Amino acid sequence: MEPGLYHILFVSSALFFIGIFGFFTRRNLITMLMSIELVLNSVCLNFIAFNKYLWPNKLDGIFFTVFIIAIAAAAAAVAIAIIINLYRSHNSIDVSTAEEMKF
Amino acid sequence: MKGETIIFYLLAAMTLVSAMLAVSTRQLFRSAVYLLFSLIGIAGIYFWLQYEFVAAVQIVVYAGGIAVLIIFSIFLTQKSGEELPKQNAGRLMFSALAALAGFGFTILQIFKYNFIKTNDPAVDATVLAIGTRMLGVGKEGFALPFEVVSMLLLAAMIGCIVIAMRSKPETT
Repeated sequence: MEPGLYHILFVSSALFFIGIFGFFTRRNLITMLMSIELVLNSVCLNFIAFNKYLWPNKLDGIFFTVFIIAIAAAAAAVAIAIIINLYRSHNSIDVSTAEEMKF
Repeated sequence: MKGETIIFYLLAAMTLVSAMLAVSTRQLFRSAVYLLFSLIGIAGIYFWLQYEFVAAVQIVVYAGGIAVLIIFSIFLTQKSGEELPKQNAGRLMFSALAALAGFGFTILQIFKYNFIKTNDPAVDATVLAIGTRMLGVGKEGFALPFEVVSMLLLAAMIGCIVIAMRSKPETT
């Protein structure tokens, strides 16, 4: 079967729920961050697929994707700074050791 | 079966399988490398869709930037050869159930919906067209979000330095 919009939407929703699964099961901050990256990537793939197959007369999907990538890079950098700071003070990056930040 | 069809299925399989391995392997470094392969697979899908600019951005920022950043932070915070602790089976099962249920529901909705394609002529996604639109201040321009994102990146950079900076020991 010729791949089209539905195939790419299948791939992106599978990727999204793989990311969600990882976010639920992992208890390590770095792996949780990696799951979030997967989710953001699936959203980018959605934008690109809609731009390619439904509105090829516009470029808006490309711009949304580029801005999402930029914001994801900023988020990853801040998250890793926080993770390294947490490791320095607690000597572990498991989420259960960071529980005292709740209060 | 045409060549491009086979290439699409190969890229999709590479992306999904390595994403699956990235969230399920218990060795943190391997997980990061699988994530890298998954990101490269997505860049390959962008190439397949003939959006070369987005694919290049994906490779430069994700595969070249974020993956390296994650690997660095793994080196800084993890002892080598150490495996992550096993998850308890109940949580694993319920997370898989939740993810599968959400996936099934979404796929059902997507395949029931009839997407309507526009009839307007397609524009080429050349770098020239993207750059002109990106910095345009007219009706279809994206100059304001561009500036906002640049401010955001500056703020993130300063914030990272402030967060990760080692505080000076008190001089008494």
